Amino acid sequence: MNLSRRHILILLPAAAVAWKSVLAGTPEESPNYKMSDHWWSMLIDIPKCIGCGNCVRACQTENDVPDGNFRTWVERYHVTDENMVSPEVISPDGGKEGFPAVEADKGKYFFVPKMCNHCADSPCTQVCPVGATFVAPDGVVLVDQKYCLGCAYCVQACPYGCRYIHPVKKVADKCTLCYHRITKGLTTACCEACPTGARQLADLKNPNDPIHAFLKTHSVQVLKPQMATGAKVYYNDLDGSVR
Amino acid sequence: MSALKDAGHLFRFAGLFLLAFLAFLVIRHFVVPKSFGQYGHYRAAAIGEIAAHPIKFAGHQACEDCHTDIQDIKKAGKHAHVNCEACHGALADHAADPASVTPVKPDTAVLCVRCHATSAAKPAGFPQSTPHSDAPCQTCHNPHSPAIDAGGAK
Amino acid sequence: MSGVEGFMYPNEVGLQWSVLIVLYPFITGLVAGAFILASLERVFRVEAVKPTYRLALLTALAFLLDAPLPLQLHLGHPERSPEMYFTPHSTSAMAMFGYVYLWYLMAVLVLEIWLDYRQDIVLLSQRSKGLLRLVYKVMTLGSSNISPRSLAIDERVGWVVTLIGIPSAFLLHGYVGFIFGSIKANPWWSSPLMPVVFIFSAMVSGIAAVMLLYMALTKLRKQKIDMRCVDTIAMYMFYIFIIDFSLEMLDLIHRIYEADESFRSLNFMVHTRLYFSHIVIQIFLGTITPLLLLFLTQVVKLPEIVRKRIYATSGTLALIGIFAMRWNVVIGGQLFSKSFLGYTTYKMALVTKEGLLVSICLTLLPLFFLWALVKLLPPWPEKSLHAPAAGD
Repeated sequence: MNLSRRHILILLPAAAVAWKSVLAGTPEESPNYKMSDHWWSMLIDIPKCIGCGNCVRACQTENDVPDGNFRTWVERYHVTDENMVSPEVISPDGGKEGFPAVEADKGKYFFVPKMCNHCADSPCTQVCPVGATFVAPDGVVLVDQKYCLGCAYCVQACPYGCRYIHPVKKVADKCTLCYHRITKGLTTACCEACPTGARQLADLKNPNDPIHAFLKTHSVQVLKPQMATGAKVYYNDLDGSVR
Repeated sequence: MSALKDAGHLFRFAGLFLLAFLAFLVIRHFVVPKSFGQYGHYRAAAIGEIAAHPIKFAGHQACEDCHTDIQDIKKAGKHAHVNCEACHGALADHAADPASVTPVKPDTAVLCVRCHATSAAKPAGFPQSTPHSDAPCQTCHNPHSPAIDAGGAK
Repeated sequence: MSGVEGFMYPNEVGLQWSVLIVLYPFITGLVAGAFILASLERVFRVEAVKPTYRLALLTALAFLLDAPLPLQLHLGHPERSPEMYFTPHSTSAMAMFGYVYLWYLMAVLVLEIWLDYRQDIVLLSQRSKGLLRLVYKVMTLGSSNISPRSLAIDERVGWVVTLIGIPSAFLLHGYVGFIFGSIKANPWWSSPLMPVVFIFSAMVSGIAAVMLLYMALTKLRKQKIDMRCVDTIAMYMFYIFIIDFSLEMLDLIHRIYEADESFRSLNFMVHTRLYFSHIVIQIFLGTITPLLLLFLTQVVKLPEIVRKRIYATSGTLALIGIFAMRWNVVIGGQLFSKSFLGYTTYKMALVTKEGLLVSICLTLLPLFFLWALVKLLPPWPEKSLHAPAAGD
């Protein structure tokens, strides 16, 4: 795409105006988004994750996540030769600054990014006493922070440990699948920052979504399938030892 | 009718209940947010409020719209799929008004090491390296297309 | 990450539900148990426990008024708690609480107390002076009809209210057990036995509390303790305690036998971080010891003074044991990681709004409420302003 100087002079202000409307974030400015056209999910490709922690930092920046709490985090698994049942798992500060280097041994290592699974049959929305957390019509599980009591029942009910009570706002908080970005045609902050493409946003209602083809040609799993939560974050090549 | 007379106090008690219930209904009508229940048992207006949060990462498309020269170098190299802000940080405010915000060049001593430092935990095929020079990484590796034979230092 | 052993999901390290949430089921349990004791006389015609009937009702009310306080202090936004009444989420056990609580408070407890005391209230409204006279007058709802016919109607209606009150009391405290028991994410909580265990342990705690209060207050008033009454209460407490203990043992044996994915982690937790509160306090000190003591009184004829000491001791130990049970459920359920790979610690604060000091105050506050209620509506038979009616 080679642009001449003239083109740039036109494009720059046009881009600035277009960008302003994106930043304004008002539904009227991005009228093209219809909730019923989308059913959001995510694909996490385990063999591609290098544990750099970019996603954790990007999420914290994009969403003002308080220190000590995590909307997303990365775990490093070490399945040793002696014990293939109980892995050794670490997640130093959620993997925010990466992981300490290790020497090779007879076991195997891999990284598992975790986040809210935006469950279709979510146990967390089931227990909310007032309707402050819900599954939006486009499949994203959100928290209405103006309505939430901060009772933490949803935090107890989540099998994946992805929720927390915001220490300042005193309401429930968690990954929103960067709802404010995906409704404007952007991808999530974690996907944007991932250098290897280990995290990819997917829209299951979009027939042209490349993840559809991926799901049909690869072995994918969700976390804790026995909980029947309808989790929508799919993992490629997830080891059986992952908790 | 004497039965009713002797049960008068019970009717008063029930009456109080009824009054309280009616008061509750009236208060409820004014207090429950108008958009509640539109899509489900929640305040539908919350969806729009959440969608209106400010954006910090511009997204690589916004960068590429202006920085076409960098994109030309990058798209042919090994970092083609590494998005700009993965290294340069959140720059939506720069994309909105380029003159007002000058992005700071990332420190390669910290940045490159985070991904490429050798560790047995990383996937086998991923390029990893132990520090092999005192010079900063970009002396020999162009961060936008890092392979040595692809164009040399920036 | 001090206090963390092994691996925990990063958001799990700090506990969400503090000692306040331990207090809440303990207090509502006392309410339910006290009410069941009252219903023993009213519905099941156990004459022997009549001296404690009114005291049990007032005790239930005193604790019920205190019950919402730990919850309000725990909420991030207590000012939004009316939302539970305006937009209750029908799939949430916690939401249903608001209505069950209100129902139990107004349609059961307050109504039953009012019906039983109405004659006294009308008489007191005529004999008192000043502000107290106004209070009593308001409580009569403007009706001064205490004819035999109206009192007979009160008696009948009160009987129906108590009858409805029994399942209502079970609902009030059973749903607390369901709040925990329905959480599939937490294997320490998730069990259909949870509401049942909660109800039976609530009955033990409530009965023990009323028994202790009766004995203590009667002694303070320098009156004679009705031993027939206390013996009967202790007997019921003993049998209900056996059922409670059996249910808890059933849960334990079932867990050990099935040994599902959570077992190793939970077993380790009980043997380490929960050892003192679970094995020592709840099981040995709080259940087996009082059971053995009460068993003694059931099989051996003991002199009155010995029985009184045993009842006081076992009642106190039972209360401690059942508080420990709530602690082990609530706190224990948050000490282990849902990855089954790690454990954290609960650092109870001292002076914050969810700390030890506040918990102690909230436990003592209902005794203050009870003092006020006893002054306002004396429950003692010899203080009654009228001769007890035939069916009273």
